[in-house]
Amino acid sequence: MANLKEIRTRITSVQSTMQITSAMKMVSAAKLKRAQDAIVQMRPYAEKLQEILANVSGSLDSSEGVYSQEREVKNVLYVAITSNRGLCGGFNNNVIKAIRLDIEKSTANVSVLSLGKKANDAYAKTKMYTKEGFGDRPFEIWDDLTFNNVSEVANTIMKQYREGKWDKVVVVYNKFKNAAVQEVITEPFLPVVSESNEENNSSLEYIFEPNKAFIVQEMIPKSLKVQLYKALLDSRASEHGARMTAMHKATDNASDLVKDLKIHYNKARQAAITGEILEIVGGAEALNG
Amino acid sequence: MKVEILTPEKSVFDGEARLVSLPGSDGSLGILNNHAPLITTLKEGIVKIEGADGKVQEFGVKGGTVEVLNNRVIVLAE
Repeated sequence: MANLKEIRTRITSVQSTMQITSAMKMVSAAKLKRAQDAIVQMRPYAEKLQEILANVSGSLDSSEGVYSQEREVKNVLYVAITSNRGLCGGFNNNVIKAIRLDIEKSTANVSVLSLGKKANDAYAKTKMYTKEGFGDRPFEIWDDLTFNNVSEVANTIMKQYREGKWDKVVVVYNKFKNAAVQEVITEPFLPVVSESNEENNSSLEYIFEPNKAFIVQEMIPKSLKVQLYKALLDSRASEHGARMTAMHKATDNASDLVKDLKIHYNKARQAAITGEILEIVGGAEALNG
Repeated sequence: MKVEILTPEKSVFDGEARLVSLPGSDGSLGILNNHAPLITTLKEGIVKIEGADGKVQEFGVKGGTVEVLNNRVIVLAE
């Protein structure tokens, strides 16, 4: 059995680790709250946009736009949305795994754009890695996540799609379900698949200015930007949720470990005391005898 | 009529107004009470809201979409 001092040192070190993990848990909980608020704030916008788009495109054959033509798929771009920091359980690996499984199935040329340092690290040394047109460090978007910054990335993707660099764009990210549950989503981004919902043919007679086709054309890029922004917000909330859960588990494990070590420590202490008493008694016996 | 201006990040304005003037992509337009249902797109410009009390508020937009329905004006600005 380890001696008393060794056990004491281990207890102290585990306890300080526990302090760090529980502090990280608190920080993530606070950040999660803010990330969730951001999603709640943007929801009415996204819903309204969808509603108007459905209203306008209901009677329109929308398969003619630049973004809705289905081409033969030769070059696919995967947008991998991960976090910049680790210590959040399987959060980042799940995204990378989902992409790998998807790639194995397809025969097309695959490129990966990494929004997030963790995906960046995973793909930087492979030939799929791309960041052309997205600046030097595309993952820095996390330092300042605003709609304008996301729009720029979305615009670049749309431009490259128009130019024929990609025939299909897919976004892979963690969708936020609740603080403990995230779901990896592989979402088609381009071409735009129009949802034909016949029931939404409202009898309301809207005036369209200038005309339906123009409005649809204007709105599709907008809704794509919103879609990407939403994916990023979702991923951010998931990240903090995942980290919170991971740190909670780590704290629990550490406190179990401390409990175990304390039992060991007390056993060792008692053994030492018993040993000392035996020595004293033995010595006294020897004097008497 | 009720006017809402939404951006992807937050709701910027929500309240009663007497007149809204918008930079429509086919030219500027003003919306008063009981306007017919309308959907239009915006170009870069200034959205001006004259409140029920006559107070005027201005918001710069880069573009957006507007829906007018049942005395509710919803501006999805960018």
